[in-house]
Amino acid sequence: MNLPRTLYEKIWDSHVVEERPDGSTLLYIDRHLAYEITSPQAFAALRKSCRAVRRPELTLAVADHGVPTTGCRTQPLADPGSRMQVETLEANCAEFGITYIPISDERQGIVHVIGPEQGFTLPGATIVCGDSHTSTHGAFGALAFGIGTSEVEHVLATQTLVQVRSKNLRVQIDGELPRGVTPKDLALAVMARLGSHGATGHVIEYCGSTVEALSMEGRMTLCNMSIEAGARAGLVAPDATTFAWLKGRPMVPKGSDWDAAVRYWSTLRSDVGAHFDRTVNINAYRLAPWVTWGTRPSQGGMVTGSVPRPEDATNEAEAAAIARALSYMDLKPGTRLTDIRIDRVFIGSCTNSRLEDLRAAAAIAKKGRVADGVRAIVVPGSGLVRRAAEEEGLDRIFQEAGFEWRLPGCSMCVAVNGDQVEPGKRCASTSNRNFEGRQGPGARTHLMSPAMAAAAALAGRIVDVRDFL
Amino acid sequence: MEPFTILKSRGVAVLLDDIDTDMLFPAQFCKTLDTTGLGQYLFARERYPEFNPDAANFPLSRPEHAGAEILVSGRNFGCGSSREHAVWALRDYGFRCVIAESFSDILYGNCFKNGLLPVVLPRAAVDALAQLTRTNPAETITVDLFEQTITAGGLGPFHFKIEPHRRHMLLEGLDEVGLTMARADAIDAFEKSHFRSQPWLLRTG
Repeated sequence: MNLPRTLYEKIWDSHVVEERPDGSTLLYIDRHLAYEITSPQAFAALRKSCRAVRRPELTLAVADHGVPTTGCRTQPLADPGSRMQVETLEANCAEFGITYIPISDERQGIVHVIGPEQGFTLPGATIVCGDSHTSTHGAFGALAFGIGTSEVEHVLATQTLVQVRSKNLRVQIDGELPRGVTPKDLALAVMARLGSHGATGHVIEYCGSTVEALSMEGRMTLCNMSIEAGARAGLVAPDATTFAWLKGRPMVPKGSDWDAAVRYWSTLRSDVGAHFDRTVNINAYRLAPWVTWGTRPSQGGMVTGSVPRPEDATNEAEAAAIARALSYMDLKPGTRLTDIRIDRVFIGSCTNSRLEDLRAAAAIAKKGRVADGVRAIVVPGSGLVRRAAEEEGLDRIFQEAGFEWRLPGCSMCVAVNGDQVEPGKRCASTSNRNFEGRQGPGARTHLMSPAMAAAAALAGRIVDVRDFL
Repeated sequence: MEPFTILKSRGVAVLLDDIDTDMLFPAQFCKTLDTTGLGQYLFARERYPEFNPDAANFPLSRPEHAGAEILVSGRNFGCGSSREHAVWALRDYGFRCVIAESFSDILYGNCFKNGLLPVVLPRAAVDALAQLTRTNPAETITVDLFEQTITAGGLGPFHFKIEPHRRHMLLEGLDEVGLTMARADAIDAFEKSHFRSQPWLLRTG
């Protein structure tokens, strides 16, 4: 009889090309996503060694990080660095025969939004991209993880990676999410529990009644943040919700292929008795809307709370980390989180730029106007998300409330496309990282859900979104 | 890739936990097509006065640490973005080895592709080495990948672990892509059975 296996182990085992005596594994990669910042050096290395791309049809490319969210997409980009990178990606894809979605195409968007949207992301597949938030695709029960550019080259040339097996971490979340609490709040609460490195060396499987009840958008938000605890990947077992979301998308299997795929995908769940190295339990019903006060995603708390005091830390290193974060964030210990004023609002990123996120933000935006002195932007995750939102009238709701309605891209999450927070300014952001300087040199970031960010825009300060419901 | 065997060099400590790749290599400098010449951007927001008024006191700015090829740091070094630019910048700046209490998974892997040795040591050893770089910056630290030890000025030897395949790649300075391409037969055989059982994986159109 076979030993019970975790979902991660099942996907891993089905992709082993060979196991080596030195403990490493040559792992097959089914899907590769490429974009303009971390791929040019990989293509250059291939060219230098006269190497071909082994399976061009298994890579999909799009430009997202450096693409402006205003202006005209059919004109050359104004920024010389971004123009060079986007044109290089186009030229590399043409030379090596890789499918490329141009920035003027409505399907363009953030690589982690368009992969699922096009059905390039499939359950049971191994998926990589030169971007740490590749963990997003784990929402579909795919083993998806970020890689460096040398590994991008390795995948292009061989469709494999040399890997070592990770440990299994189960995050079991049960109970109904209370009113006003969204998957983003859940993700931030999980990060706070695990800490900035608590999942290093592990693949997380999210399970429990809360996770089963989440939409695919919500599962993507949750898996997206896995890397913020150091996890190699995050996973949710595929189920009827997954299959219903995928069915009919351009690149998913059709006809009898679809039926066979669903039969196989339905076997992708951890066996009873499978071994997890660790299990963490979370009660969803105890959560409240969450907001970060520090410079790591794990440094946050419920919006009803206050900025912590370094002396309350459990050890010296943590106390020093809190002190450094509060100095950078210009916050005093004991300040109520709802007393923190904000200058900028960013609704977007691979964490929170899908239709469900925009609906949640718009539902709040229609209750008021962006406060004086606050500049708020909404950046859809893809051109298709943008159009779907416009068909529902969300763009008008945002614009009438004083939000700017932008073109798709990574935008103010990584702040290399011209959208950035000015030094010393404070941003309520639906993105995934509040690191020092992440949204621009000297920028201060508070991570929260789309609804919380929209509420902050109206109030001009961090506010409990439940006051608006 | 340049092999790594035994390194004797002075060290410099930036003893913070959770140094992320945005701190190592701010995203604004990622608009490049190159892997070389990036050392100037390493820790840019710490090292340059236009970003940090106290830049002159950042350890890498101090003259006594010039030429250090060993960086000593804290827990979870290199977390965050997967950008290999951080490793290219560390190498271009002159580092050959980073000693830390722990590393992020992605940066740890990226180091080996570029001839940079990441060494995990217990906190007490990291603290002792960091202290040594401050009190006696000219002291030589010896990193021996054959023996998997670190010794310095009466400290150690500290033994470290490393996966055999990664150690081998570094010692020999091997090209991993070339080695895997030599396994084309095994990959062909795998693909045949993989795409027979999941034919939809090949139909992306």
